[in-house]
Amino acid sequence: MEFYRSHVLVCGGTPCVLGGCKAVRDALINEIHRQGLSREIKVVETGCLGPCDLGPVIVVYPEGTFYGPVKVEDVPLIVEEHLLKGRIVDRLVARERPVEKEVVKYEAPTYLGPQKRIVLRNCGVMDPESVEEYIGRDGYAALGRCVSQMKPGEVIDEIKRSGLVGRGGAAFPTGLKWEFTAKADADQKYILCNADEGEPGTFKDRLILEGDPHSIIEGMAIAGYAVGADKGFIYIRGEYAISIERMQKAIDQARRLGLLGENIFGSGFSFDIEIRKGAGAYVCGEETALIESIEGNRGEPRIKPPYPGTHGLWGKPTVVNNVETLANISPIILNGPEWFRGFGTERCPGTKVFTLTGDINNKGLIEVPMGITLRQVIYEIGGGIPGGREFKMAQTGGTSGGCLPRELLDVPMDYFSLAEAGSALGSGALLIMDDSHCIVDIARCFMRFFRHESCGKCTPCREGTDRLYEIMDMASSGKGRAQDIELMAELAQVMQRASLCGLGQAAPVPVLTMLKYFRDEFDAHIADRTCPTGTCGL
Amino acid sequence: MITIDDILAKYGRRSDALIDILHEVQDAQGFLTNDSIIKVADALDLPASKVYGVATFYSMFSVKPRGRNIIRICESAPCHVLGAPAIISALEKELGIKMGETTGDEKFTLEYTSCIGVCGVAPAIMINDVVYGNLTPDKIPHILSEYR
Repeated sequence: MEFYRSHVLVCGGTPCVLGGCKAVRDALINEIHRQGLSREIKVVETGCLGPCDLGPVIVVYPEGTFYGPVKVEDVPLIVEEHLLKGRIVDRLVARERPVEKEVVKYEAPTYLGPQKRIVLRNCGVMDPESVEEYIGRDGYAALGRCVSQMKPGEVIDEIKRSGLVGRGGAAFPTGLKWEFTAKADADQKYILCNADEGEPGTFKDRLILEGDPHSIIEGMAIAGYAVGADKGFIYIRGEYAISIERMQKAIDQARRLGLLGENIFGSGFSFDIEIRKGAGAYVCGEETALIESIEGNRGEPRIKPPYPGTHGLWGKPTVVNNVETLANISPIILNGPEWFRGFGTERCPGTKVFTLTGDINNKGLIEVPMGITLRQVIYEIGGGIPGGREFKMAQTGGTSGGCLPRELLDVPMDYFSLAEAGSALGSGALLIMDDSHCIVDIARCFMRFFRHESCGKCTPCREGTDRLYEIMDMASSGKGRAQDIELMAELAQVMQRASLCGLGQAAPVPVLTMLKYFRDEFDAHIADRTCPTGTCGL
Repeated sequence: MITIDDILAKYGRRSDALIDILHEVQDAQGFLTNDSIIKVADALDLPASKVYGVATFYSMFSVKPRGRNIIRICESAPCHVLGAPAIISALEKELGIKMGETTGDEKFTLEYTSCIGVCGVAPAIMINDVVYGNLTPDKIPHILSEYR
C-alpha cells in the first residue's frame, strides 16, 4: 500500500458531476503530475459532501480545506499554492456558507452545524469505488460479527431494540418487519432494496448509493442473514445512471472478496445481489408495485394484505427496505442499540437525511438528529431565505407531504410530530418556498404531478387526482366556484380512505394542509378572482 | 449494431427480464416499434398486449418515433418553484415545437419527465444521458447548440 502526504477529495455525486467535477478531477491529476507531485498527493473521487449548490467542491486533507465552487481554471493555482507551497488559496475557499474562520474544516461545527452523520458517515470521506477504503472504515465488520458470532434471532433483537423505523416514509419498525419474514416458513426468501426514489425534491438515496454503495450491500446481507434469505435485489431508478454503475462495481468487488456469494466468512451463510433497473414510474416506489416491476409487469400496486413480509416477490416472503434504512444497519450492529438510541427522539431514534431544495441559501444534503426543528434546519443549516424575502411555507416529505406555515416552524422533525401537524416526514424532501409563490399555483403543480403518476388501477386515485387538478386549474384561471372548497375536502377524504396504495392516500395531503393553513388564498382566487401574490397568471 | 436477436439471446426466455430487454431494444432503436414488441413477446412467450402494456406504462419507454436527442424536463415542485416554466418556454421557442413534439428535422424531442433527482441544482433538464442544472432561459440556446 502506498502512502501519500496529502489527499484531495473531489465530490463525485451527481449534482457535482453536472457542475463539471470530472473535468476538475482530471485537471487536478494532470496538474499534480506536471508539478511532479504524483507520488505525494492522491486524488480521490468521493461521494456527496453535502453542499450541492456549491459544486464542484473539493476538500484537501490533512488540513481539511474546503474549496468550492472550483473551476478547471482554478486548479493550477490550488496545486501550486496549496499542494506545492502549503499556502491555502483564500480566494477559493467556500465562503458562501455561514462560516467565520479563514480555513474551513470539513468537519468543523461552523459548517456542519447541528448535523450528525451516521448514514452519511462515509460520504465525502472515502472513495466509494474502493472496497478497501470501506473496509478501512470498519466496513463489513458488522456482517462478519453477525454471521460468525450472532444467531439470526439476536440480530433481529438488536435492530428491534435500536428502535429503528423505516426511512422510506411509512416509519414501520424495521426489526419487526424482519421478524415477520424470519418467522415465515418458505424454501426461498428475498431482500429487496427500494432505491426507486421518485419523490420530487428527494435525492438522498441517490447520493447514499453513490457515496457509500458498500454500506447498502452490507445492510442487505445482514438482513438476509437475519431472516434466512440468500438472494437480494436492488431496484434503482432507470434515470440514476451513475448510481447503477457504482453499485454494480461495488457488488463485483464484494463478490471478488467473498463478501457476497457462497459461504461468507466461512460461516455457511450465502447471499448474492442483483440490480434491477426501473423505467420511470413514481408508483414503483410503493413496495408491491416495485415487486410487480421486478417480476416484469406494469408497476401496479397489489392489494394488501397479504403483505410482502410473507407474500412478496414471486409470492415468497420478502423484506423491502429503503436505502437509508439499510445504511443504518451496520452502525447499529457495531455500536449497539443503546448508542443508536442516544440520537434523535424517544419514539424516533437516530438521524434523518434531508434534501434541502427551493428558496433556500444552502441547498443540498444534510443529516440531522430526529426531532430537530424546521426553524433550525432552515436558518442554522440552510442559511435562511435568499434575496431578503420572507419564508412562506415548507413542504416536508416530498410532493405527497404537507405544507407547513410560519407558525409551525418550531415543530420537531420526526415521523410522529409531523403526522400530528397533518404533514409527513416521508422520504426527507424539504422544499422551502418564499412569499413570492401563489398557493393555488403550487397546489396545481402538485396535482399535475399526481394526475400523471397515478397508475390508474383504482378509481379513487385515478379520478380523484384528475378532479383535484381540474379544480386547481379552474381556480387559477378565474373559473373557481364557491362550492369547490367543500368538494375538494370531500374528494380528499374519499381518496385517503378508499385508495389502494400510498400514492392515492397521500396525494390529497398537500391540498388538505394548504386548505387548512392558507385558506384565505384559495378564497381570494375563487371569491374575488384575484391572486394575492400575482404570480399564478390570474 | 446490436439487433433484437442479440438482446433476446443474452436474456434467454426469462419474462422477468422484460423491462431490461425493453431498455436495451429502445437504446438500439430509439423507440419501441410494433414489430419489436411482437418479436419480444414471441421470444418470451408472452401476449403482445402484455408487452405493449408494460412499454406504455413506464415513462422512459416510447412507442412513438422520437428525435435523436431527447430533452427531458422536470416540472415537479422543486423545479417549478425555481423557474421551470420559463425554461420550458425558452425550449419551446428555441426549437419551434411544443412539449411532447419532435422537430421537423427529427433532431429533438421535448418530453416531460418525473423528478431527475438533482433538485439541489433546480431547475434542471436532461438531454439524453446528460443533466444540466441551475438553468436560466438565456443558457438554453448555448446548451442546444452543442446538439445541433
